[in-house]
Amino acid sequence: MALFIDVEVDPKVAADSELARKLVEVCPVNIFALGKQDKLEVVEKNLDECTLCELCLAVAAPGSVKVKKLYGEREVLVRRE
Amino acid sequence: MRFYEFEAKQLFSKYGIPLPAGSRVAHSPEEAATIAEEIGGPVVLKAQVLTGGRMKAGGVLFADTPSEAAHAAEKILGLVIKGHVPRGVLVEARAPVEQEYYLGVTWDGFARLPVMVFSDMGGIDVEEVAEKHPEHIAKRHFSTIYPFSDYMAKELIASLGVSGTNLLRLTHIAAQLARAFRNHSLTLAEINPLARLKDGRFVCLDGHVDLEDDARESQRQILQELGIDPAEKRQARPPTEFEIRGAEIDASDPRGVAGNVVEFDGDLGLIIGAGGGSLTLFDAIRKHGGRPANYCEIGGNPSVAKTCALTKLILSKPGVKKIAVMMNVVSNTRVDLVARGVIKGVLECGYKPSEKIAIFRIPGSWESEGFKILKDYGVDYCDRTVSMYEAAGRAVAKMREG
Ligand code: SF4
Repeated sequence: MALFIDVEVDPKVAADSELARKLVEVCPVNIFALGKQDKLEVVEKNLDECTLCELCLAVAAPGSVKVKKLYGEREVLVRRE
Repeated sequence: MRFYEFEAKQLFSKYGIPLPAGSRVAHSPEEAATIAEEIGGPVVLKAQVLTGGRMKAGGVLFADTPSEAAHAAEKILGLVIKGHVPRGVLVEARAPVEQEYYLGVTWDGFARLPVMVFSDMGGIDVEEVAEKHPEHIAKRHFSTIYPFSDYMAKELIASLGVSGTNLLRLTHIAAQLARAFRNHSLTLAEINPLARLKDGRFVCLDGHVDLEDDARESQRQILQELGIDPAEKRQARPPTEFEIRGAEIDASDPRGVAGNVVEFDGDLGLIIGAGGGSLTLFDAIRKHGGRPANYCEIGGNPSVAKTCALTKLILSKPGVKKIAVMMNVVSNTRVDLVARGVIKGVLECGYKPSEKIAIFRIPGSWESEGFKILKDYGVDYCDRTVSMYEAAGRAVAKMREG
């Protein structure tokens, strides 16, 4: 179970195969993977490797991908307009 | 990289240092008999292993005839000495010894210079002589820049009252040993005992050579001449299960270093790094009276999973009560990622990070993020205002508190 990081993806983004592919491509630590019918999946076991690089936020629409820190102020990284 | 005795002696002989007659390696009883026949007199047969205690283990035997030599070689080749299988049997003439000396060249880390050590009490541990009979030991530092002059060796040896032909013969051996040390980036070149025979000749009865590991490439030529594969990794003992697991963890993920583990018998697990910082920290723990359970390096931004696995390995070692996580100031390793890995490892072992982590001192990139995590889990951490030495002291003090 991830202890430090959680990533939340809007189901609409997850269903968009093109966007899903982009997310898989940009994440340096394989937190995203393509599942059945190219649907986006979050790889639970890799979540704690998140480098907080925000590349996933940059490719998706504002608010559709959230990176949550599960420590400190429980900050949520999200792209604002 | 440690040399076998026969390799050390081959190197010495290239520098004109005299060896007992014969002095060749046999890999079978028949070969041992042939060498003994050529020598034509009593011989000594020695197991070629990279460990001490071979005499006690039956790895050194004497023979008067070739058939006795074959028999002794057969026995030695069948031994396993402290986990080491002999790489052969060194067969050489057994000569009547009049006196034994010690001669060694090593590196003095405090003076940052090579040092030559000579004693007229050889055959026993030089540390023991230094402790009990300091008047029988002479030392002299020399430069790594200027050539080694025979005069330096002569002065050193004469300081113990050696004179005449003995002084001349010993001077030559000592000067050549120093040259071998410098020319081949050695960290140790030692002859113990260096024997004066009844007929006045000196011979190297046993020799130790350690080559700087990183010099294997630059010393490729001499290694090839001695028949040593430069890629061969050698340690004074076979790696332990714990060390093998450490190497596997490091190899399991190309991201950063989390390994190079060496096992010790203490109670404080160490996760340390930053170039020479890891050695400094290890020494600092000892200086404060702490007992490291291991030496282990991290660096180059290892993954969280890799650091976690390493933490679990160290905590699984019997006798480990706490771990200390310390590095010099780092720019190539993320503090928060190391903190995540270590805390995860501690939790997965079923312990509280606040109790198991004696100190966390990694200042550097993403440190404020790392400190947030450590604070959340109640771990004692510090920034660069606390020196590495002080941090090591804090870890040792925590161990005393229990
Ligand atoms: S912030 Fe970077 S590392 Fe983390 S999930 Fe997004 S892309 Fe991957």
